[in-house]
Amino acid sequence: MTHHNWSHTIQRSLPSRRNAHLESMKEILAKLTQLGWSDRELFGVQMALEESLTNAIRHGNKLDESKRVIMECKVSSERFWLRVEDEGPGFIPADVPDCTKEHNLEACGGRGLMLIRAYMTSVEYNDTGNRVTMEKIRGDESGELVDVST
Amino acid sequence: MPEPKRIKVSDSAGVTVVTFADSKIIDEEEIQELGQELYDLVERENHRKFVLNFSHVEFLSSAALGKLISFEKKVSTHDGELILTNIRPEIYEVFAITKLTKLFQIKDDEADALAVL
Repeated sequence: MTHHNWSHTIQRSLPSRRNAHLESMKEILAKLTQLGWSDRELFGVQMALEESLTNAIRHGNKLDESKRVIMECKVSSERFWLRVEDEGPGFIPADVPDCTKEHNLEACGGRGLMLIRAYMTSVEYNDTGNRVTMEKIRGDESGELVDVST
Repeated sequence: MPEPKRIKVSDSAGVTVVTFADSKIIDEEEIQELGQELYDLVERENHRKFVLNFSHVEFLSSAALGKLISFEKKVSTHDGELILTNIRPEIYEVFAITKLTKLFQIKDDEADALAVL
């Protein structure tokens, strides 16, 4: 991560149970609102938070309450940065079926990953696949427009 | 049948019009309830033609999308029809990113949907 003048850093160790992330998510969105992020921009950030934290709790740690999800988030008026790590075995992002393919439309569970990629400027996984790091830089074009004709 | 909590149901000339009680469809238990209430309309109450009106919906997670996909499947299996309406641009974008605009029939508003059902 390049040097940046962050306004807030939020670190949490969350239990692996349903909805454990909701309070932290609200807190982060409130901070971004204070920093001047628009509702339109917050929509994409909320999607990235919701999908990455739910994935870690549900698919990574499999709702095992003895395991934690470690979240670190930094925000400023220009950037949103998030790292989410679980204690699961990890996964290989490239192996997740492409949900936009006709035959996967109804069955695929990888929709959350696709939404994160669409709304964030960059998304990276560690080699094990149990830690995702993402960043949204305000004003970039990712996730702003979708060509619905294809 | 108990009164549904996650949806409001009305009838328009034989078409079941469903609106959502929650503006943010995120809570996993609420999503489970939502799914069950939708399935009950097909399996217990034998409704076949549906309009899902999204005018109240400001946010929904991929888990909610999964439920809607299962509902669409259930309606199709029972030879029914389903149209989604009144989707605000942010939510439409979620359907577009995930290519669910190919799976669901989507119309601007209820009147457009009722005209073809």
